[in-house]
Amino acid sequence: MSSTPLRHTALDALHRSLGATMTDFAGWDMPLRYGSERDEHLAVRTRAGLFDLSHMGEITVTGPEAGALLNFALVGNIAAVGVGRARYTMICDAAGGILDDLIVYRLADTEFMVVANASNAQVVLDALTARAEGFDAEVRDDRDAYALLAVQGPESPGILKSLTDADLDGLKYYAGLPGTVAGVPALIARTGYTGEDGFELFVKPEHAVELWQALTKAGEGVGLIACGLSCRDTLRLEAGMPLYGHELSTALTPFDAGLGRVVKFDKDGDFVGREALAQAAERAATNPPRVLVGLVAEGRRVPRAGYAVVAGGEVIGEVTSGAPSPTLGKPIAMAYVDAAHAAPGTPGVGVDIRGSHEPYEVVALPFYKRRK
Amino acid sequence: MSNPQQLRYSKEHEWLSGAENGVSTVGITEHAANALGDVVFVQLPEVGATVTAGETCGELESTKSVSELYAPVTGEIVEVNQDVVDDPALVNSAPFEGGWLFKVRVTDEPEELLSADEYTAYTAG
Repeated sequence: MSSTPLRHTALDALHRSLGATMTDFAGWDMPLRYGSERDEHLAVRTRAGLFDLSHMGEITVTGPEAGALLNFALVGNIAAVGVGRARYTMICDAAGGILDDLIVYRLADTEFMVVANASNAQVVLDALTARAEGFDAEVRDDRDAYALLAVQGPESPGILKSLTDADLDGLKYYAGLPGTVAGVPALIARTGYTGEDGFELFVKPEHAVELWQALTKAGEGVGLIACGLSCRDTLRLEAGMPLYGHELSTALTPFDAGLGRVVKFDKDGDFVGREALAQAAERAATNPPRVLVGLVAEGRRVPRAGYAVVAGGEVIGEVTSGAPSPTLGKPIAMAYVDAAHAAPGTPGVGVDIRGSHEPYEVVALPFYKRRK
Repeated sequence: MSNPQQLRYSKEHEWLSGAENGVSTVGITEHAANALGDVVFVQLPEVGATVTAGETCGELESTKSVSELYAPVTGEIVEVNQDVVDDPALVNSAPFEGGWLFKVRVTDEPEELLSADEYTAYTAG
């Protein structure tokens, strides 16, 4: 643990007044849970949950060549993203290793907002700044310019509609538009990390408390509750969404992580990691080392990140994330396993849980998909 | 939260009831249950097993982590709480009552068990 003091979001006092259990997350003092993390998880699946995600790292890229810069710096075809739309993408090093996974919002023709994981925000900022050399574009650190609140769950459209005139019905998944929510100027994005419909609201930090309180009040009647990072982790795990530091790392390319679709070789111009990624694509198609799979427990003991996946007494993989799934009612995990054992239903696969080999079923991801 | 006066406490956050016919009940404290978060799996020692004060005798799994369960005293397990095995959430909802873990026939107990007030001060620090 570093000796750097923890950073606090604009909602810090409010979290404490709600009795939140706080945790150090990437240098930020964040709410882990307010009450039962299982109740918070189920609220998002069935009603609505309110999250403070202000630790996420916003970086603004502007200028006539902003799109061209992002096409060079990131693996996606960002220049082709329409104004008001968002894209899930990655930033890789020259060897194709993943530096971070990102959401990029196109706010205007010449303005993009890149949202990085808190733990990687400095790395992403440094890489974008270095890669901007020679482009007519500016990279700006906007980490302190925004608070980020998320409303997630089936009741979230109704809650938000009661607080804004913005055209939410016209706002598609992975789109964002500027508007006013509860009198507060906000970038309203239909994105999330829970597997549910929902919204992420980027606002000035000085408006965060006011907006949180308005959302809480608007959601009272339909069961919205405050939710911490603990349930965010189980929600994204059920939805099969990767988390940097678990399923994603610099040692892996997007193809190794089963996310090769985010790499766009047919876009204009060169991009960082292109050559290495072309080789990684070839390798993944012909001779994949390990494959990301889902595991569902037959018993009740919970697999944790780092535990060995075993078959026939041999180690055949490693758990990257594991938790008791509130929706399935049993433990689940994501794991990288040898390709020979990766097919759903492969018999004889288990997880070494502190010395005892517990049986697990190999399944396709995700574990949970919402009904549209 | 308040720690019942009639119980004694270990620094590993177990509580121990006064002995009835030489048998004491053991559970984890509300402080420990809150720190764990939702408990989803409880592994308890088997009836008839001998546990040793200060040594692990089971485990508690929550959403975020797994924690060892330590025996606060030495003795023989005479009963385990099947209700809490079937519904581990009892540890969170009633740690001092329905969420008890096992009953032990005490043969030896360490001197360093804490009173309720001492334990309250210990966990406040």
